[in-house]
Amino acid sequence: MIAEAGLAALWFAAALSLLQMGLGWAAVRPGNDNLLRLVRPLAVAQGILAAVSFLALIWLFLETDLSVKLVVANSHSDKPWLYKFAGAWGNHEGSMLLWVTVLAVAGGAVALLERKLRKDTLIGTLAAQATISLGFYAFLLFASNPFERSPVIPLDGQGLNPLLQDPGLAFHPPTLYFGYVGISVAFSFAVGALVTRDVGRDFALAMRPWVLGAWIFLTLGITAGSYWAYYELGWGGWWFWDPVENASLMPWLAATALLHSVTVLATRDALRAWTVMLAVVAFSMSMIGTFLVRSGILTSVHAFAVDPERGFFILILLCVYIGGALALFALRIATVKEGAAFRIVSREGALVLNNLLLTIILCLVMLGTLYPLLTEAFGTKISVGPPWFNIVSAPFALLLVVFMGMGPLLKWRKDDGNTLLKRVAGPLLLGGATALLIAIVAPDVHLLPMLGLSVAVPVGLMSLMPLLGRNLRRTPLITWGMVAAHFGIAMSLAGMASESAFSKEVLVSARPGQVSEIGPFTVRFDGAEPVAGQNWTAIAGRLTVRRGEGEEFVMLPEARMFSDPVTATSEAAIETHWDGQLYTVIGEPDGQGGWQLRLWWKPAVTLIWFGGSLVALGGLIALIGRVLRRRSARRGKAAADPEVAPGREALA
Amino acid sequence: MTRTKAKTQRLVLLSLAVGAVLVAIFLGMSAMSSQAALFYAPGDVQKMGLPLDRAVRIGGMVKTGSLERLPDGVTIRFIVHDDTASTIPVRFTGIVPNLFREGSGMVAEGRFEPDGTFVASEILAKHDENYMPPQLAGQNMHKSDSLE
Repeated sequence: MIAEAGLAALWFAAALSLLQMGLGWAAVRPGNDNLLRLVRPLAVAQGILAAVSFLALIWLFLETDLSVKLVVANSHSDKPWLYKFAGAWGNHEGSMLLWVTVLAVAGGAVALLERKLRKDTLIGTLAAQATISLGFYAFLLFASNPFERSPVIPLDGQGLNPLLQDPGLAFHPPTLYFGYVGISVAFSFAVGALVTRDVGRDFALAMRPWVLGAWIFLTLGITAGSYWAYYELGWGGWWFWDPVENASLMPWLAATALLHSVTVLATRDALRAWTVMLAVVAFSMSMIGTFLVRSGILTSVHAFAVDPERGFFILILLCVYIGGALALFALRIATVKEGAAFRIVSREGALVLNNLLLTIILCLVMLGTLYPLLTEAFGTKISVGPPWFNIVSAPFALLLVVFMGMGPLLKWRKDDGNTLLKRVAGPLLLGGATALLIAIVAPDVHLLPMLGLSVAVPVGLMSLMPLLGRNLRRTPLITWGMVAAHFGIAMSLAGMASESAFSKEVLVSARPGQVSEIGPFTVRFDGAEPVAGQNWTAIAGRLTVRRGEGEEFVMLPEARMFSDPVTATSEAAIETHWDGQLYTVIGEPDGQGGWQLRLWWKPAVTLIWFGGSLVALGGLIALIGRVLRRRSARRGKAAADPEVAPGREALA
Repeated sequence: MTRTKAKTQRLVLLSLAVGAVLVAIFLGMSAMSSQAALFYAPGDVQKMGLPLDRAVRIGGMVKTGSLERLPDGVTIRFIVHDDTASTIPVRFTGIVPNLFREGSGMVAEGRFEPDGTFVASEILAKHDENYMPPQLAGQNMHKSDSLE
């Protein structure tokens, strides 16, 4: 019953989106807002129906309704409830339903909340939203129905991949989807504005919160995904340049560029065509991301669908949307007037540089991700891995971070290069000193980590400089947000560089009682003991660890064996200290009474994720600041619009 | 006056963007030849010779009965084969992924030694029991069986 209700809601939502699309496109003309009264409620109703459908699926998973195929294949009655819940989207069909639900709900929110945008542009935006969601409804209904009944009712389900049985899973995919979908909303705004020739400041102001929101979620999703891979996979690494990771990184790079160019457009009415182009690129990246992950073209924990028909369907959707977007851009871009001009040494100039560097990095990541697929089509199998990605992207990323530190210190419109150099001379000298210090104290450190640290230290300082000499209480939230995000990037870079420069690693076959030294720690192996959880059993290695003369503590890395489905995983034990993490993994018995142990000491590694979270937090602060400012501007009609005032007020 | 200036600026920005993309692709492609790892199946080594100058990936099935542990307790040796007659002896120091076992597929990254032994720096983990290295798909091999 629930399954049928969910399916019916999905069909209704699809029908409404078809109607919304048809009405929207029929009505959209510059200056015409007749049908907005109809399109608006349609978008809201569509969002509600999609949400009902998704809630129905969650219900089925919580109940472990074994008459539904998807539940049988991906759940089990013994699972902890959290993983029953998260299992609803830990599979191909469910995750696509989540995708379209978020999209529809976001469309409803745009219809409900957006009041400042020109009404004809809003119609265009909602029509574009419906066009995107219709494709995904079709995909769900025709190629991946999540509510399909199973012909025979089994005794129990087949369970969820144990790697996915982790609290990280509960929010990692939804976070990324919020990001992807937020970008698609931004893209819809761009389409609407292109169609009604409304590309200008108002459009940028309406689009910016969505870009910012999407970017916050993408940042969180990437940070959480990286930490999840770090502690769950037990390989001690935090980024593998895996195609799936790249699939989330590419939209983030595009969204970061878009976030900065939309600010130029909103503040100074410059970079119009470029901003629209970036919206198209960012949307294409999130579609490619979805395609790479969902088509089964990559085989990994993320690729649920290995059904070529589905891959083909998504590929068609991808081509239609990206092709359509590019065609519309090519046809309409001539109608977008040039924006305001500016000098090279200015805030705008710095943001253009930011955009160029981000574009280069984006191209490189895309090249490295897609190149193996291309060569394979011609019969050569190659793999493009971390060595390539690190070497080609790091120089541009380091440059980008340096300019990130300097950009906010420049004034809008025009500024003086010498003044800037004087302001940043101190931090730059400090960077040089850091490099020198590392070269003397630790000459073995490779070039890239050394450069990373020598950039992170001064940029961390520079990113705080916009706060210098101002009354901190009166500093706008938006400025705080920017400072936090930029500081977070420097912090994260410091963590990455320090991890790769100073990590220590030990691999031993340890007998009970054996003592190993790693970094500042002594680790004694006291033997292996069996432990059990709700749906797993494990061998845990008992490690008694001591730092210098400090207190002893116990770490228990486990080799787990899950039932339903039967799978072995290894659970690292991680001990966090203020200056880094001790990471321990237990392997197999060596057959002579010893156990394989792998120990890492990773100094400052936590900065990577603290930095990432700080970036997202900065985004959130800026978003709150924007919303409050828009509200107060609407209410009080502030004497002078602070957005246009040149100087340091309009930051971030 | 300002209009033309804005027009020029747009042109400059456009050429900068195109230039940036071209530079990126050029740099990326030129690094590709030295940094990307070619993939070798056991049969390919026979045909193409040993690539001694660079890191490569190999993939195939772990031959049943070939897995042995060296006395240091952390180094293993095994033989990788495919549907040709050729095999690759592999040596690896470290903890193997959970799903690594005899008779199942695997991919390793590392270098060949002159005697033909492959010293793996990394055995690529498989995320789940249905995993099949993409490079091995279509080679008519069985997936690794789950323990059920």
